[in-house]
Amino acid sequence: MRHLLATLCASLIAAPAMAALPQDGTIGMQPPVTRIAERIQFFHDDVVFWIIAVITAFVALLLIWVIIRYNRKANPVASKFSHNTLIEVIWTVFPALILVAIAGLSFPNLYYQDVPPNLEKVQSDAAALLADGNTAGYEQLTKNYNPEAAAKGFLNIKVQGNQWNWTYTYADVVDADGYALEFVSNPVHVGLSTDPTDYDERPRNLAVDYPMVVPVNRYVRFYTAAADVIHSFAVPAFGIKTDAVPGRLNEGWFLVKEQGVFYGQCSELCGVNHAYMPIEVRVVSQAEYDAWAALMLTGDYDAAAASVRKIASLDSATQLASNDNTAEKE
Amino acid sequence: MSMDEVAVDHHDDHAHDHTPGFIARWFFSTNHKDIGTLYLIFALIAGVIGYSLSGLIRWELAEPGIGVLTKFVSGEGDVAIQNAKHFYNVVITYHGLIMIFFMVMPALIGGFGNWFVPLMIGAPDMAFPRMNNISFWLTVAAFVLACISMLVPGTAAGNGFGGGWVLYPPLSGTTGHPGPAMDILILSLHTAGIASILGAINFIVTILNMRAPGMTMHKMPLFAWGVLITAVLLLLSLPVLAGALTMLLTDRNFATQFFVPGGGGDPIMFQHLFWFFGHPEVYIMILPAFGIVSHIVSTFSKKPIFGYLGMAYAMVSIGVIGFVVWAHHMYTVGMDVDMKAYFVAATMVIAVPTGIKIFSWIATMWGGSIDFKLPMLWAIGFIFLFTLGGVTGVVLANAGIDVQLHDTYYVVAHFHYVLSLGAVFGLFAGWYYWFEKMFGIKYNSFFGGLHFWLMFIGSNVLFFPQHFLGLQGMPRRYIDYAEGFQTWHMISSIGYLITLVATLCFFIGLVASLIARKKGEANPWGEGATTLEWTLPSPPPFHQYNELPEVTGEGGH
Repeated sequence: MRHLLATLCASLIAAPAMAALPQDGTIGMQPPVTRIAERIQFFHDDVVFWIIAVITAFVALLLIWVIIRYNRKANPVASKFSHNTLIEVIWTVFPALILVAIAGLSFPNLYYQDVPPNLEKVQSDAAALLADGNTAGYEQLTKNYNPEAAAKGFLNIKVQGNQWNWTYTYADVVDADGYALEFVSNPVHVGLSTDPTDYDERPRNLAVDYPMVVPVNRYVRFYTAAADVIHSFAVPAFGIKTDAVPGRLNEGWFLVKEQGVFYGQCSELCGVNHAYMPIEVRVVSQAEYDAWAALMLTGDYDAAAASVRKIASLDSATQLASNDNTAEKE
Repeated sequence: MSMDEVAVDHHDDHAHDHTPGFIARWFFSTNHKDIGTLYLIFALIAGVIGYSLSGLIRWELAEPGIGVLTKFVSGEGDVAIQNAKHFYNVVITYHGLIMIFFMVMPALIGGFGNWFVPLMIGAPDMAFPRMNNISFWLTVAAFVLACISMLVPGTAAGNGFGGGWVLYPPLSGTTGHPGPAMDILILSLHTAGIASILGAINFIVTILNMRAPGMTMHKMPLFAWGVLITAVLLLLSLPVLAGALTMLLTDRNFATQFFVPGGGGDPIMFQHLFWFFGHPEVYIMILPAFGIVSHIVSTFSKKPIFGYLGMAYAMVSIGVIGFVVWAHHMYTVGMDVDMKAYFVAATMVIAVPTGIKIFSWIATMWGGSIDFKLPMLWAIGFIFLFTLGGVTGVVLANAGIDVQLHDTYYVVAHFHYVLSLGAVFGLFAGWYYWFEKMFGIKYNSFFGGLHFWLMFIGSNVLFFPQHFLGLQGMPRRYIDYAEGFQTWHMISSIGYLITLVATLCFFIGLVASLIARKKGEANPWGEGATTLEWTLPSPPPFHQYNELPEVTGEGGH
């Protein structure tokens, strides 16, 4: 379906190289920026989608065939058979085999995204493979894991859903007194006439005042909680969606491979303003992240937000990402 | 078995056909056919209300921003917008509840079940006729309560409960909805639940004990099989819902803490209880439609049903497996990963019996001499659209993919394909199939045909683009959305308009047939229609089978 999407929609819209928010008229998922989302999309677009498309087409063809071949005019006298053990066995066993095949691909995917990786094991495995000179094995490992990022450990963020905004707590960013950085991320738009209208700068119903900021290529572990009712923390480009439930602490993880700005929305009905509690994640370089965190600790949230807002649009984000790549090569 | 193998005594049908007076007949009815008609009329009324609510949803969502529901709430400007946000949540909640509890279930089980289970199994009436009456009137009472709950305070933002048909606490607790709307809604669902449990008991007893001589379980028509399995599912799942609702009620009013984390409770427990009911509920809505479609396909292909026993036991296994897959509605709540893996595997197993049904319907048509009369069009439409809804269910069964699609429009598209295009197409198929039998007049085939084609096109235009919205990340239950979703939302709303014209055709056709009053035949479908109801005149006498029919033929339906 991804290929279909590309060919169909490239002509309809000028899709940027890296989309971070919903694109009008598209028929597929948002471009993935984490390995989790890549694996979800591969499994959906290139495997399950084709299986169900073929099954649906097969049933449609059978229906068309019986409509043409066995209508009253074409076949005036109906036969009376009502059993055929062989065919019944075939259409029981064959679908079961297809399902076993789907499940076989489904489980590794599920465990990969659901269980935060053991970063020490990632490092030691990578080191062992390199020591053995097993470059093929090393490349296989780095498809799913990032040993360099693993060396830096997890960045831990608590995400709390409130009616109707999000509170982010950075356990690893502490001030002089030892208090963790904690701030509320409010929606910019709430559907009222007082909403600002600079939609190019701040996309309607997606932008927030103080975004969540994480470094690129860094393992992030997040914990969701809720203050009042159930919410759900979801970012489609990351392939994550974890409910925020009062009285529970749910765990999830991601590692973003590209810089940019990515939007999500609350995904569990939470009351009047459910449609107005967006999630904005800005993914920046480690240096920019450090600068942002330092500014946040001083309490100057606006300056901190401005420091990461230079990635205002998709195009500039793409630009930035490619600049970074050239910088690294140099 | 065919008609000539069935001995039916008609001579006394009319001699004893003294119907009671209007009040006694329609308000104190104990006659299964009259109660069936009452259920159908009730479902029509509730369906119009539920369908109107979905019209409000599609009208509001045609364009981004809030601009339609403000017309239906009090206040001006931003106050109206704030009220409209709550009103939208109320509309989606009651659309779901009304369509499930007061349209599909009463029509398929109460309406067609009451009408045709006794006729098909050769019984004079239901086992407990007076309990049948109270089932119906409790359903009416439940519907009135649901409507009242829409009109009393729910939150500070307005009347009604706006927490979705799944009623998750804490949003459905005093935290989210302190007003009386939720309490009245709990009472409504309790009442509807009691009505359904009584109805289920009635069907189980009738089917197990009142089959005509010679009609063994393995000769019983598949519609009776479908209703029997449905009734068992209702009997086992509704008490669990009732328990969850009662705990919610005491949490709200008597300071118990079942679902309150501060007191040691757990909101996720409610979700487990709810979906232990909620998942069988979706099969409750589709199994009777499976039965109806089987009869129609067989009748108009002029062939016996292919693999009758496989068809019956496929429904049994769908019912059984339906009880052990509930948590696939809860992949994102923070379940243990091994539990998710189990629910992935169990859920996918359901595709096997469902596939058996789809292929057996096609095999029934294979080699037949198919008459494309109106009920057959609806049945073929059902088979194709149910397949489409079924395969997206296989996608969603994979917890790994579901993380991306959970609570998005992909899910909305999926369950509307199996329900709005599955159960409802099955319902209309049954309506046109049995119209002549029930009312003794012929349906209007011109408007009926228009109804089918417009509905087929319209509901596909309405729901197919919602797959794209969901894949792109559009969350469910949103009154407003980012501009990136607008094209498909607009197309979806245009699809609604097409179905609106289709629905008008349905009612015009109904009125036209009532005016024309073309006299119906006992069996308008000819040799293919072999079940017992076609041996009776149309409409059947007030009391049928004064002498029980004897079933001697081989094989089942």
